Amino acid sequence: MTLDIRKIRNDFPILSQTVHGKPLVYFDNAATTQKPTSVIEAEADVYRKFNSNIHRGVHHLSNVCTEAYEEVRKKVADFINAESKEEIIFTKGTTESVNLLSSSFGGSFLKEGDEVILTEMEHHSNIVPWQLLEKRQGIKVKVLPVSDKGELDVEAFKGLVSFRTKMVAVTHISNVMGTINPIREIIELAHLKDVPVMIDGAQAIHHVPVDVKSLDCDFYVFSGHKMYGPTGVGVLYGKRKWLKEIQPYQGGGEMIDKVAFSGTTYNDLPYKFEAGTPNYAGVIGMGAAIDYLLTNDRESIWSYEHELFEYALEKMKTIPGIRFIGEAENRTSVISFLLGNSHPFDVGTLLDKLGFALRTGHHCAQPLMDKMGIPGTVRASFAFYNSREEVDRLVEALNRVGAMLG
Amino acid sequence: MTIKEKQDEIIEEFSAFDDWMDKYSLLIELGNELDSFDEAHRKDQNLIEGCQSKVWLHAELNDGKIEFQGDSDAIITKGIVALLLRVLSGHTMDEILDTDLYFVDEIGLKEHLSPTRSNGLVAMIKQIKAYALAFKAKQA
Repeated sequence: MTLDIRKIRNDFPILSQTVHGKPLVYFDNAATTQKPTSVIEAEADVYRKFNSNIHRGVHHLSNVCTEAYEEVRKKVADFINAESKEEIIFTKGTTESVNLLSSSFGGSFLKEGDEVILTEMEHHSNIVPWQLLEKRQGIKVKVLPVSDKGELDVEAFKGLVSFRTKMVAVTHISNVMGTINPIREIIELAHLKDVPVMIDGAQAIHHVPVDVKSLDCDFYVFSGHKMYGPTGVGVLYGKRKWLKEIQPYQGGGEMIDKVAFSGTTYNDLPYKFEAGTPNYAGVIGMGAAIDYLLTNDRESIWSYEHELFEYALEKMKTIPGIRFIGEAENRTSVISFLLGNSHPFDVGTLLDKLGFALRTGHHCAQPLMDKMGIPGTVRASFAFYNSREEVDRLVEALNRVGAMLG
Repeated sequence: MTIKEKQDEIIEEFSAFDDWMDKYSLLIELGNELDSFDEAHRKDQNLIEGCQSKVWLHAELNDGKIEFQGDSDAIITKGIVALLLRVLSGHTMDEILDTDLYFVDEIGLKEHLSPTRSNGLVAMIKQIKAYALAFKAKQA
């Protein structure tokens, strides 16, 4: 099945505008994706039709709202092929999911001298929460290096896992280079030593198939806003055996069973980890995003996106002085580059005036920038509503910008 | 020329362009033409680090007037640095402290001076005023 891109673009009202008098070309999808009308309407409908605080309500609206919220939990579980909906914890986003995990897993299972393995290509959100544990609990963060091409070395990973290793936290797809990491191998190797693995799926969830059961990962985290859903909502998937054992993250609200000053008991999964009134409108919006993705043939989306990525790569190679950052064999959806000796800020500023939304800077991955010996990159990241024509226009614009900056 | 006259002159120069790319071509040209920054002054204490681009600023007091030198690693930022120095360099502390920098707004570059832009320019203007205050305090 081929995608009708023109029809798909019509589903995303934001895309039809002009910026600085030029038609908008949105290539900042790794930062956030745009929302189809159905998602916008689903979230608005919560407030328009059945807004009411969820759980423990006896009245009609509360029941409707609770059902809609819990239905999304089931939808997410099916979407990533989790064993059950109890394994789906709603959070504010990927960052909160990692913080929840580091804090709760750390509090339950990590002690001084234990090690957590990260990689050099992690987003700050999957570095700093673990560094906080270094300070708080005296654990040690070990870092798997990235090659010049932007790939992880699985052999080196073997050497890094030891009896001290208690967690491996690695990104599925690099937000800077688009590298698709060999997470299946990493998970298998870690499991040989009974070490659990968390996968940061922020950049992967909408670009590649994600099947947590088949991957056998222990935790998988992602954000709603990068999969065409609303901001302020995300997911922590965890295997039940782990979620049952680890302590709660925050206290209050739905997470309790019984509260007494003599001792409080906690609610069952998944509510144990959802303290306070959750962002139910956002969750319901994310449910609509999943519905939207499923109304299109997902295989076609993935292959279209990958073809567009490869098309862009080929076309961009023709630009004088262009240098790609990250040239992994297995990569998708994200192209980071530099133009001659031009500063990324200059390139991004000029592109903006030509109607292009790209991101410049370190992309919250300063350790990777240090490794590559650069202050930042210009990054184009694609979604299935982007077209070849937009890529052609970017190439034309980059040639113009390159000439201007000399 | 007074600071006001210089600002008006810049507004006049930029008024010739209604296309963004022409404005930015001029900024790039101004950045390339900016007097070279004395390498002896390229030290951490003169560095203003924005999230996107870096700015260096050095100040000296000559005959009651402050002479500034500036630089940036991004050419567009450097072009704006050139404009700011053209307006403010060679003036007295009081003149600098009393200045309302309206020209940036007028020529449509306001976004570069937004606090969230993080290119070092907002901090640079603060630093220019801080130098003026410090020199004034030293003289008093």
